[in-house]
Amino acid sequence: MSEVFTKTMARNIYYGGSVFFLLLFFSLTFHTIQALPKRDHRENITEKVINGKHLWENNNCIGCHTLLGEGAYFAPELGNAYKRLGGKEGIIAFIKSRPVNGIPDRRSMPQFNFNDQQLDDIAEFLKWTSEVDTAKWPPNIQG
Amino acid sequence: MQYQSQSVAKLYFIGALGLFAGQILFGLVMGLQYVIGDFLFPYLPFNIARMVHTNLLIVWLLFGFMGASYYLVPEESERELHSPMLAIILFWVFLVAGALTILGYLLMPYARLAEITGNAILPTMGREFLEQPTITKLGIVVVVLGFIYNIGMTILQGRKTVVTTVLITGLLGLAVFFLFSFYNPDNLILDKYFWWWVVHLWVEGVWELILGAILAFVLIKTTGVDREIIEKWLYVIIAMTLITGIIGTGHHYFWIGTPEYWQWLGSVFSAMEPIPFFMMTVFAFNMVNKRRREHPNKAAVLWALGTAVMAFLGAGVWGFLHTLSPVNYYTHGTQITAAHGHMAFYGAYVMIVLTIISYAMPLLRGRAAANSEKAQVVEMWGFWLMTVSMVFLTLFLTGAGILQVYLQRATETPLPFMVVQDKIMLFYWLREIAGLVFLVGLVTYLWSFFVGGDEAKAA
Repeated sequence: MSEVFTKTMARNIYYGGSVFFLLLFFSLTFHTIQALPKRDHRENITEKVINGKHLWENNNCIGCHTLLGEGAYFAPELGNAYKRLGGKEGIIAFIKSRPVNGIPDRRSMPQFNFNDQQLDDIAEFLKWTSEVDTAKWPPNIQG
Repeated sequence: MQYQSQSVAKLYFIGALGLFAGQILFGLVMGLQYVIGDFLFPYLPFNIARMVHTNLLIVWLLFGFMGASYYLVPEESERELHSPMLAIILFWVFLVAGALTILGYLLMPYARLAEITGNAILPTMGREFLEQPTITKLGIVVVVLGFIYNIGMTILQGRKTVVTTVLITGLLGLAVFFLFSFYNPDNLILDKYFWWWVVHLWVEGVWELILGAILAFVLIKTTGVDREIIEKWLYVIIAMTLITGIIGTGHHYFWIGTPEYWQWLGSVFSAMEPIPFFMMTVFAFNMVNKRRREHPNKAAVLWALGTAVMAFLGAGVWGFLHTLSPVNYYTHGTQITAAHGHMAFYGAYVMIVLTIISYAMPLLRGRAAANSEKAQVVEMWGFWLMTVSMVFLTLFLTGAGILQVYLQRATETPLPFMVVQDKIMLFYWLREIAGLVFLVGLVTYLWSFFVGGDEAKAA
């Protein structure tokens, strides 16, 4: 780089640019937080949905699945599982019926031995998630 | 090695390489589970193997950054490290805490681990990359604070250089943004929004400052180019990193319930994220071309050039590939993401840590400037085997990803996830083979540390 462009100028661009864009990012974050309630329908986050989220976390479901496209790519997307599996009953029946020792040669979800209340909480959590406004993602029901 | 206290870096580098080997072994297990679905089931389910794979990566890179800091800060500051003892204690604390956490993952169901570590008190577990028990996270905070205190005191009491200023800024950013891992609201959307403040603002933000500082240091040392020139480049590169990368966070806010304007902001700014990586490539090659000395450690120069190129390809090109929102609509959360993740992490962060190890380790082992020619040749074989196999691994995952996107999302008759997975199995087999070659490269690389011969002469 030529002498016209000095180290001090480079440093000023670094400090100025970083601070400016960090502040812009904070402002956008503030706006997004204001806008979220209409999109995430937080009025529907019940005790069951919260329990479901804890079960989701405590069993590391994200280690195989994606949820709204984030997570691991080993097992199907679950943001729209409520719709794809035919509602809560479909979700519960699927989780319940996983064989303890897996399926020969194939990927299989572990058997977590959830009780009925836990199953219902997970299903409620996935139902709530499926109702978030995700800008029409995923492209189709297959996730 | 000019200062005695730099020697603590050796411990960190050895620890880092040990965990690196573990990371690769678990990666190979997962690769096999992709093609033989019931491999090790139910004893080692995929989610556990993945957690070990990614957590080991994060921890060994942190070890690498810490070792790099302990090595380069005394030399830049022209004084001994503030407390070598603290550095040694923190190493063992971090290693033992890390080992216990990994054992916890492997020896009991994850839900049980959550229970006995009291996750209910402050739930932070079960989120991608942040799976560590809350108590481990607190341990990480303690270790990082102690580390920053140690490095910070050394910097404050010594000569201030741009390299150390940028490094400490990156490290402080790393510490600050990690605190968001303790924020886990009941609302999944808010949880996801701020989860990215750890993940994105680390790897596409402050970690790039650390990368830039380490690269600048190694280039100053190996090329003998005037520090002023290198520091100017460093400023411009990190300026572009943050100018594009902060708002670039928006490319994660396309489909998680956040407002649609992020599609514009995220696309435009993250489309510019390759610029600093490209500048880094130009920078590294320019400095090496303008070198004023022939440094005998040719392997270190190769790693430095390699990281600049591979970071641009992995983070820059493969990132750009799926960062525009109309493209990402189809590729979000597919093997395309996995392809990008592998080459970006390898190119930007694995390779920069191996760069500083390659440069510093011979000196830490009491050699004048470099390992023997023979050892360097073996090390360079390791470089090429790992790098080329990572390119192929990435290409195979990209192939898998393109087919997955087409069959599952883009065609008129979308197929279910598992049906698609069966159809792209060939690519997963090829990926596993590439992974095995990577392991051969890693073994070759590690073997190079044990190759003797006459030392290369300092120029």
